[in-house]
Amino acid sequence: MPEYQSKRLLQLRFPARASELKRTRDAIREAVEGCGCSAKSTGDIVLAIDEACQNIIRHAYRGDSDNVIEIEIEHRGDRLVFSLADQAPAIDPSLIKPRNLDDIRPGGLGTHFIRRVMDEVEFLKPASGSGNLLKMVRRID
Amino acid sequence: MEHAVREEQGSIVVSFKGDVDLEHSPKAREVLLQCVAGGQDVFVDLSAVSYIDSSGVASLVEAFQASKKQGTRFALVAVNEAALRVLELARLDKVFTIHKTLSEGIRGST
Repeated sequence: MPEYQSKRLLQLRFPARASELKRTRDAIREAVEGCGCSAKSTGDIVLAIDEACQNIIRHAYRGDSDNVIEIEIEHRGDRLVFSLADQAPAIDPSLIKPRNLDDIRPGGLGTHFIRRVMDEVEFLKPASGSGNLLKMVRRID
Repeated sequence: MEHAVREEQGSIVVSFKGDVDLEHSPKAREVLLQCVAGGQDVFVDLSAVSYIDSSGVASLVEAFQASKKQGTRFALVAVNEAALRVLELARLDKVFTIHKTLSEGIRGST
């Protein structure tokens, strides 16, 4: 596998509040747009990261709080690597599954969007030993 | 997010503008369910929606199901590209009735 130089495009740290998400989306859009992603891909990526942040706010932190979400975006060769970290109690990744879309009902679409948009989605053990670290990878197209 | 509700030819038209996201979707849900509960056909104009997420889509689904239950029409009109893409990702573009224009929707419901 070729070694690519990694370039950090964005590093954000913000309180886990719904009111912070618009500003966050704008920053992500700006970072991703500069990498040659199509408008459609950029929109998809912004949606996926927004949904991942929402999962942290709603499920990990159980609502708006002053707890922190950290986002890092790196450009590695033909890929974008997204890392989302929180300090919430460790979640069980096996419980986070997209729902069956044939079951038309409100809610539960966020995880589906993330899986549809990203090429890789993985929960890692944070280096600090606490919280959660979500790594997502998307090829640039 | 801003919203406006008006009556047109016996139907209710709800227009949203801006981001229908986690911060604003509770309001969107409330408005939509109130409109549906009025018992008239409801058309939701999404032409000025710059962003919609899963919580916004959930509000639409809930209102759609409430209207279906009571036998009134619920349709989306003038859905812009960004919102349509999210509906496509959710495979809801084939579930909702979507009209290109409001007049097309209202014509179809009379």
